[in-house]
Amino acid sequence: MSERAVELEVLRYNPETDKEPHFQRYALSCPQEWVVLDVLNKIKESVDPTLSYRWSCHMAVCGSCGMMINGEPKLACKAFLRDYRGTIRVEPLRHFPIERDLVTVIDDFVAKLARVKPYLIPKEPPPEGAEYRQTPAQLKRYKQFTLCINCMLCYAACPEYGLIPKYLGPAAIALGHRWNLDSRDGGREARQEELAATEGAWECSFVGACSEVCPEHVDPAGAIQQVKIESTVDWYRAHLMPWTNKQK
Amino acid sequence: MSRAPYERPITSEWIFRHPRYLRYMVREFSCLFIGGWTLLMVWGLHQLSQGPAAWAAFLELLRSPASVGFHLLTLAFALYHSTTWFNLTPKALPVPFIAAAHYAGWAALSVVILALAL
Repeated sequence: MSERAVELEVLRYNPETDKEPHFQRYALSCPQEWVVLDVLNKIKESVDPTLSYRWSCHMAVCGSCGMMINGEPKLACKAFLRDYRGTIRVEPLRHFPIERDLVTVIDDFVAKLARVKPYLIPKEPPPEGAEYRQTPAQLKRYKQFTLCINCMLCYAACPEYGLIPKYLGPAAIALGHRWNLDSRDGGREARQEELAATEGAWECSFVGACSEVCPEHVDPAGAIQQVKIESTVDWYRAHLMPWTNKQK
Repeated sequence: MSRAPYERPITSEWIFRHPRYLRYMVREFSCLFIGGWTLLMVWGLHQLSQGPAAWAAFLELLRSPASVGFHLLTLAFALYHSTTWFNLTPKALPVPFIAAAHYAGWAALSVVILALAL
């Protein structure tokens, strides 16, 4: 494997000693084929053991190593050195408070995710002694949205979330929508309170950045617009065709 | 170990961080021109109600170089707004040929309006 010189500029922040973050440069030689996460691991092992960052699987499945690489939200394990020239700037994910170095505080996202009830709320009790049945067409309706790995790159890309932190955000809405689209599920009404709220789908002004940066091609922007359309249909149905309202 | 999470301030720097944000802001900005043009049309209606002299003055105003420039700019922004918006429709309505249907509707309406105008 051929080596190349790599210069990394990493945003450092130590809550015990620093008032605010600052950049630190690391210059080292690495194999061409490496990703940014490999470089961070090498720095931690042999240059500076105090560098903090999250990572786990190294294969774009766990969603832990999201960070800003040259200003774009990326998984560090999917950011290949061959795609970068010059100094590579590595910062923690935008729009999240910095806990330490590249580690962010993600409590806000975790709380929002719980609010959309991202689990099966059965329409009726499961069939006695049998499994739920679902056709390939029914699976296809929501399958794309199941690929979300909760990496929060979409939150770092979304200016709306940066400006209005109350906004429920792309991944949480996409995951709520995923369960609404599931033929086994009957929990849409319970989720609508969050999804159809002002701070839910309606806060989105369709920048579309969430779908562009998603490493799993989930298309949260599409999910959010679909929630808007369905909520609009709900409203018209309730106001213009009250006889179609379900008995509560 | 003490916790002291650092919150980075949000500045308008994000608009220039990636071309996609600039494209988005241009799309949002286009509404100022389209809104301005709509107000101009309302003003025209008002002038029409004020008699032939006022209407003639309004038509004269439309022929001024500033007005022609404004109309060309508005046309460019309206085209940009419409095409970017139509291209996004398949995300909101995942139905076959939805974007093409929008373009077809646009073309058909334009033909009707042209036929009425000429």
